[in-house]
Amino acid sequence: MFTYLTRRLIQGVIVLLAVSFVCFIIFRYMGDPVISMAGQYATAAERDEIRKIFGLDQPPYVQYWRFLTNALHGNFGISYETRLPALGLILERIPASAELAVSAMVFAFTVGVGLGVLVSVNPQAWLSRAIMAGSLGGISIPTFLIGILLIMVFAVQLGILPPFGRGETVKLGDWWSTNFLSLDGLEHLVLPAFTLGMYQLAVLLRLTRSGMREVLTTEYIKTAWAKGLSPARVVFKHALRNVMIPVITVAGLQFGDLIAFSLVTETIFQWPGLGNLLLTSLYESDQPVIVTYISLVAVFILTINIVVDSLYALLNPKIRYG
Amino acid sequence: MSRRKNRFLYDFLRDPAAIAGAVIMLVFTAAAVLAPLLAPQDPYDLEILELGDSLKPPAWEADGDPQFLLGTDDQGRDILSTILYGLRTSLSVGFSVMLLAGSFGVLVGLLAGYYGGVLDAVTMRTADTVFAFSTTLLAILFLGLFKQSGVGIVILAICIADWVRYARTMRASVLEVKEEAYITAAKATGANDVHLLLVHLLPNALPPIFVIMAVDLAAIIMLEATLSFLGVGVPITKPSLGMMIASGKNYIYAGCWWLIVFPGATLVLFVLGLNLFADWLREELNPRIQRSR
Repeated sequence: MFTYLTRRLIQGVIVLLAVSFVCFIIFRYMGDPVISMAGQYATAAERDEIRKIFGLDQPPYVQYWRFLTNALHGNFGISYETRLPALGLILERIPASAELAVSAMVFAFTVGVGLGVLVSVNPQAWLSRAIMAGSLGGISIPTFLIGILLIMVFAVQLGILPPFGRGETVKLGDWWSTNFLSLDGLEHLVLPAFTLGMYQLAVLLRLTRSGMREVLTTEYIKTAWAKGLSPARVVFKHALRNVMIPVITVAGLQFGDLIAFSLVTETIFQWPGLGNLLLTSLYESDQPVIVTYISLVAVFILTINIVVDSLYALLNPKIRYG
Repeated sequence: MSRRKNRFLYDFLRDPAAIAGAVIMLVFTAAAVLAPLLAPQDPYDLEILELGDSLKPPAWEADGDPQFLLGTDDQGRDILSTILYGLRTSLSVGFSVMLLAGSFGVLVGLLAGYYGGVLDAVTMRTADTVFAFSTTLLAILFLGLFKQSGVGIVILAICIADWVRYARTMRASVLEVKEEAYITAAKATGANDVHLLLVHLLPNALPPIFVIMAVDLAAIIMLEATLSFLGVGVPITKPSLGMMIASGKNYIYAGCWWLIVFPGATLVLFVLGLNLFADWLREELNPRIQRSR
């Protein structure tokens, strides 16, 4: 286990170095940082000044090294658009994105796994067939279309839920603001969370079902029935617990998808989160913000992956990494 | 061999969902290929567009115009024609990525699975990383940074991450097939590596790839629509279902539902057809479920 973990950590560091290199290329060579910082009408002398101050006149490997050490100290430069530190801009968006993602995941997990169990226990019932057909529909509708259709029905036609923004938020501490503590905030959360959760829900449902279908035919489940255990105990304690290991692993490994789809969701609902910021920065060629986003997302995804993989190895006695 | 084929056809004809999926696939593909013949109007011929025709509801509504069956958009384009041409874009992106990423991934998976070692380690770790970052996220970043719009660059952006699916599946399949007796036998008769890989391993390890292809085509078509919806996909001079929905979003409060519902339904129905077919294919090719039948 220790060797395995060390190997994963070394791999993680290699990937992060590769990501930082890509980020450096983006920052330095896609768009001209000198013009972006000095302004379009700067004189040649002013440009040289900027070049000197930021070390852009030095050889590339020196610049890369400086970029790397700066990034490790949390210094990703100043946003070209707002003239504020890029890291600060990103951090300030985290509460909105985190709350949306967590709500969506909680919704997707409870409903997805719950329905998956229901369907696998009684596969021939018409309700199960209807749910399975629905789940196929769920994976066939792209996230952006779900969002727009929900806005059309619940915001425009029925007028019962707000179509965009975060609504009223409550401040918690210095920098966290929450949607969970006001009715208006909760109302604003419903449609985006549902939109983002929908895809994961269908995937989780299908994973749970296929896992349960396999496990329910195994010998130890037959033994559990033969012992006369209650159906709830057999299904939830004996069967579901074993199914959950691969389900959680797959969900954890698809964390990048969650980030990508929250980008789409945030755009549709004008949710003031990270994804929305990234898309605006891409349109505006605001390289420092883009680079900060990519770096943080990379660290985040890799951490989640290593944790999920290690937990998987830890929880599953069949797997022993050397 | 012919018995196996019959079995395949027999199972297929007994499964209404699989038939429905296949029919949808065929009809939509035919509609896309024949779009120039079927479409009442060339939606990108600026000469014939009349702004006076803009935002007309479908023909059966009160203000509808029989000339425009599914209504018109804000430029006066016929929705039905734009959908047909948009499907062409979806399909050309879908098939191009499937073929390019597919053949690259299959080749990498074949070599990695057969030779193992450093090659295997490097490609699989790369695959893990690319997979973790998600095809969608990588494509958005790539297109957003390069700011070049064009069908070719969209295909390239999706390929960057998509080959991984094929490489992983192929590798796993090769690892299994490699252990078969006929491979050992072929080796014993002195077959060289190229012969072994192309004649013995490749065809026998390929079936799982077919399932991936159907699922992948659905995923690529959804991704292309998403990219175009976000404004980083195909250029505005090209018809695209995602872009139709994006521009329809501006008229959501004006009650112009047809701008979103028709292209949306086309997209969902096509992807659903592919998924239905893929589901059937997966069960059909899965030996574990087959035995229990």
